[in-house]
Amino acid sequence: MTINVWRVFRRHLNVLKKTWLNNLMFNFIEPFLYLLAMGFGLGNLVQEVDGISYLQFIGLGMIASSAMWAATFEATYGSFVRLHYQKTYHAMLATPATVADIVLGDLLFAALKSLIFGTVILFVVTAIGLVHSVWALLIFPFMLIHGFFFATVALTFTSWCKHIDYFNYYITLFSTPLFLFSGIFFPLNTLPAWAQWLAWLNPLFHSVEVVRSLGLGRLEPFLLVHVIILIALSILLAWLPIRMMEKRLIQ
Amino acid sequence: MTSIIKAKNLYKRYGDFTAVNGIDFCIDEGECFGFLGPNGAGKSTTMRMLYGLSRVDAGELTILGEKISLTPPAIKAQLGIVPQEDNLDPDLTVMENLLAHARFYGIPSSEAEAKSKELLEFMGLDVKSDDDVESLSGGLKRRLVIARALINEPKIVILDEPTTGLDPAARHLVWQKLRQLKERGISLLLTTHYMEEASQLCDRLVIINQGKILAEGSPDWLVQTLIPPEVIQVNLPSTSLPTGLVERVKELKAHPVILPEMTFLFTPAGDQLWEQLSSLGLNPRSCIHRPSNLEDVYLTLTGGNLGQ
Ligand SMILES: Nc1ncnc2c1ncn2[C@@H]1O[C@H](COP(=O)(O)OP(=O)(O)OP(=O)(O)O)[C@@H](O)[C@H]1O
Ligand SMILES: [Mg+2]
Repeated sequence: MTINVWRVFRRHLNVLKKTWLNNLMFNFIEPFLYLLAMGFGLGNLVQEVDGISYLQFIGLGMIASSAMWAATFEATYGSFVRLHYQKTYHAMLATPATVADIVLGDLLFAALKSLIFGTVILFVVTAIGLVHSVWALLIFPFMLIHGFFFATVALTFTSWCKHIDYFNYYITLFSTPLFLFSGIFFPLNTLPAWAQWLAWLNPLFHSVEVVRSLGLGRLEPFLLVHVIILIALSILLAWLPIRMMEKRLIQ
Repeated sequence: MTSIIKAKNLYKRYGDFTAVNGIDFCIDEGECFGFLGPNGAGKSTTMRMLYGLSRVDAGELTILGEKISLTPPAIKAQLGIVPQEDNLDPDLTVMENLLAHARFYGIPSSEAEAKSKELLEFMGLDVKSDDDVESLSGGLKRRLVIARALINEPKIVILDEPTTGLDPAARHLVWQKLRQLKERGISLLLTTHYMEEASQLCDRLVIINQGKILAEGSPDWLVQTLIPPEVIQVNLPSTSLPTGLVERVKELKAHPVILPEMTFLFTPAGDQLWEQLSSLGLNPRSCIHRPSNLEDVYLTLTGGNLGQ
């Protein structure tokens, strides 16, 4: 790992500066649709969850999911296009940059996208009065950790993936279930005990817990466990896309 | 002369398939060295081993005095790479492509900008500076890839088919630029399918087929040494040749080389052989008499069926 990680990141940043309008606007629509349909629509039927309004309940959760989707799309489709179609990685490898530099640069960039997407939702839910604590400021640095983790998982899949269509499977069979059973739309303590234990295997569940608690100012030491799990998993897993990308790029 | 690249018994295997099958070569500083060979011969594979996209499986590879199995960043910093497949960054403009590349060599941005301008001018791309890469024609893209390969003032430039797909004028322009690089003392390594390119640019070259080197030398030396000076090219498929042609040609002290679509009759005395054409059963209209050249050497070595 060298200064070249930063240089890879800079290249992505350059591109983002030119394309942010196309790139970002469209992707914001989806979380708003969810907020609208679920929060206002379903919210009329559901009175209160965990002592807060349903809109508030899912609004805070959507910060985490929106950030997860951002990192996921960047590290799947975004990275794959650079890897497979544009051969951007090959071009970088002709310079002193290494595969590890490229992979970590991509992960950092995906983490940044998480931060950007999470931030927009955070601003919106704050604007409509759903955030009740200055602890919500900690959501910013947390988004980076959260984004880095989901990018690592996604990039691992990407480094194995031979065809762009396979990402449909990743999204439908992996990301979507995580999204639906993360405690964003309903509190997991309504589920049977075994399902609650299963939720612990869902990384998004940990993020949702952290983000929602910070937004409500309901701090407890136990939140650190969720954060530590994500950090530990990131560190444990980050070598995997590096190794797999090396195998793929260096023949 | 010091050698900057030295390969000894180099191998590259993909599963059961041996793409590079024990080749040796040695490239001197300031030299232009060529790799000629048919599709799938192993040229690009060899290039990739040199510039760090492939690991050396067996044998010894020394670049700039360092023995390597996978070219490390410090060596890559001294190389300029023109890959067979263009890999410009379509998300960036022409200028930005050079600047983004320059960053990886730690070139300060003001210096990178000056250098990029100079290179765009050198390659005749200065008016395109702010254009999208996607809007460039194939030839201009190729020139930009070459410009990009020069951003770090490399000691060695490796060019994998630098002029494939270029029109003749563009090809001559690239040759001119490559000659200028050579004059500056930069060593060039290139693969090509164009014999004229090899003859014009290369000090020495190897002809490679199925991962093995078949011949090595300067273009002139190869032509003068490996084949007689004149050739009568018979433009007939091997199946429509008159029977007994081979034996009778040999009696006339010529060397027949039969390729699927044509036959070469190499000879030191073309005029005399030409007069015998009708007696050999050949129609002079389907024959051409000319001095032999590098392409004849190439075709003879890689596809020739030496008179059997
Ligand atoms: N990653 C790979 N996996 C398996 N086989 C490969 C791989 N890369 C190359 N090969 C095989 O190795 C052989 C040599 O390929 P190479 O690209 O070096 O040929 P080349 O001489 O550059 O040909 P061309 O003139 O068509 O560019 C080919 O048969 C090719 O199919
Ligand atoms: Mg090739």
